Amino acid sequence: MAEPAAATAPAGALLRIEGLTKHFPVVAGLLRRQVGVISAVDGLSFEIMRGETLGLVGESGCGKSTAGRTILRLYEPTAGRVLFEGTDITALSGEALRRMRPRMQMIFQDPQACLNPRMTVGSIIAEPLDEQARMSAAEKRARVQELLEAVGLNPAFANRYPHEFSGGQRQRIGIARAIALNPAFIVCDEPIAALDVSIQAQVVNLLEDLQERFGLTYLFISHDLSMVRHIADRVAVMYLGKAVELGPREAIYRAPLHPYTRALLSAVPIPDPKVERTRSRIILKGDVPSPANPPTGCRFRTRCPIAERRCAEEVPAWRAMGGGRWVACHLAG
Amino acid sequence: MFTYTIRRLIYAVPTLIAISFIIFSILELSPGDPMAQVPLTVPAEERAKIAEAMGLNEPFIVRYGLWLRQFFINEPLNLIEQWTGWTIGDGERLRVRSWITRAPVTDLIAERLPQTLWVVGLAYLFGVMIAVPIGVISAYRQYSWFDQLGTLFSMVGFSVPTFLTGTLFILIFSVWLGWFPDSYDTTLVVRDWPSFLAQVRQMIMPVTVLALFNAAQISRFMRASMLENLNQDYVRTARAKGLRERAVVLVHVLRNSMIPVVTVIALGVPQIFAGAIITEQIFRVNGLGALLIVGIEGADYPLVQTLTFIFAVLIVLFNLIADILYGILDPRIRYD
Repeated sequence: MAEPAAATAPAGALLRIEGLTKHFPVVAGLLRRQVGVISAVDGLSFEIMRGETLGLVGESGCGKSTAGRTILRLYEPTAGRVLFEGTDITALSGEALRRMRPRMQMIFQDPQACLNPRMTVGSIIAEPLDEQARMSAAEKRARVQELLEAVGLNPAFANRYPHEFSGGQRQRIGIARAIALNPAFIVCDEPIAALDVSIQAQVVNLLEDLQERFGLTYLFISHDLSMVRHIADRVAVMYLGKAVELGPREAIYRAPLHPYTRALLSAVPIPDPKVERTRSRIILKGDVPSPANPPTGCRFRTRCPIAERRCAEEVPAWRAMGGGRWVACHLAG
Repeated sequence: MFTYTIRRLIYAVPTLIAISFIIFSILELSPGDPMAQVPLTVPAEERAKIAEAMGLNEPFIVRYGLWLRQFFINEPLNLIEQWTGWTIGDGERLRVRSWITRAPVTDLIAERLPQTLWVVGLAYLFGVMIAVPIGVISAYRQYSWFDQLGTLFSMVGFSVPTFLTGTLFILIFSVWLGWFPDSYDTTLVVRDWPSFLAQVRQMIMPVTVLALFNAAQISRFMRASMLENLNQDYVRTARAKGLRERAVVLVHVLRNSMIPVVTVIALGVPQIFAGAIITEQIFRVNGLGALLIVGIEGADYPLVQTLTFIFAVLIVLFNLIADILYGILDPRIRYD
């Protein structure tokens, strides 16, 4: 694949996200007037390197999925830019955006809901080929069989319907569909959360194989910290719509800089009873505040064990810490 | 699917026999007197003879048995004779006859059916054709002014009865404005352009009134079903595939949303035959609904029994059709 030289993105970055923000309006009352916003994603900025897997972790409801969908422009961003190979896809519309679609794809969490129940597996996978690539019927059939084989399914399954498959098989179909158009970038939105543990490993291995074969770049959204440690090259941590920390996997897991990352990582069980017994957990007090009414200053301060007065007044800047590490905390470093 | 259909049809037989018995019993219990139409000047012994000729002196169960034989054996044989020109047996069979008109009930129905099918059937067809786009657009642009208008429209259609809208239409469009005739002329024969125009003119109001009523219900179903599907992940998948928005909505969302709506539409079809009784009365459409009213007023039991039973058959039949359609449209459903 010959890639056009990126103009604004530095060498190596496939995707550059700048201040990405997504607010959902809150409407109420008889006239359905807008009374507020839920800031699901607020000022996200990072780069995704070509060929890497960036893990995006955080609690339920912290805006991980919204971030993934907004990056692909399945949601309209409220503010910010997404530069994909140097092209700002937030500025594209209609036909231009549609032509970008094959380059970036998504794998969904629920492998049942993401497949149209009334279409056969073959037609689900072939549909983007109809739209985006001019192919004869025989070429399409061959491509569908090739894709089914690539994800480890029997090519004879093309005539069956999604409900005839197990969860793991359906997720493989979802993956086959996503790679049908040779994308460069795939958002994996909790692709293994709905699967059995035994199947999770198979699907993750498949994703890694495909990455190697086709040179894919992943944004791997998950709340499974062990799985992210296994698959990701770099990890970004989100809390309440904001990125709190980003860095190479080993650095983050060895020495987290942000108190939230520390608490999150301390919750991961260690598969060694001796160590597990003595493991000290950082227990966060209270609940996640509402994204409709986030705390002032640092959004984590209401639950932060080391918060100071400054944290309530100043929004912490997204600071580069060296070694490719970024953090948003006044007290880090 | 085939064996399922056959099995359902076999099950339908005892159901329908039970229904026919219930209808017969209800009519037996009803306070109407079939002899009330006979003038009082007719002497008592003559009245007794008339009653005997109508079979009124036989016990209830014998009369029911006779009706069963007339309806299930004599009438079908008669139909076969008419279609093929054969003579089966001696060709002399007792038919289900109306007590008022003395004409065979099936002939009366055959006479009235075209009017009902034209007016009520067209109204249903138009209703569906209006309802589906309204439902689709309302759901796609939820809470927009179009959706609000559609909601208002269906609320009015639901809650204002057809006898009110019908009368209002007559008042406005035929009495005040004089655009359309106030009643439906059944004797009009369409043979040239002006008579065709006259037919169209007289059909507009009853068809509109009924179409609005039907569209109100179906558009709600359509909207709810679309809304349910619009937020599904497979729709997001379709967008991520880079499909055109029209293809996303019409191919992915609409086709899936049509599954429940098609069955609702199929279940509503028997109502067409039952005739919109009230609307037919208001616009004097001489259809099946009007025939049923005449039968009830005159205590014409064979007529009422036969008509009601035919409606029951249609309802059972269209329930089956709805189930089969569901199986065809939704690959997740497997019969057998």
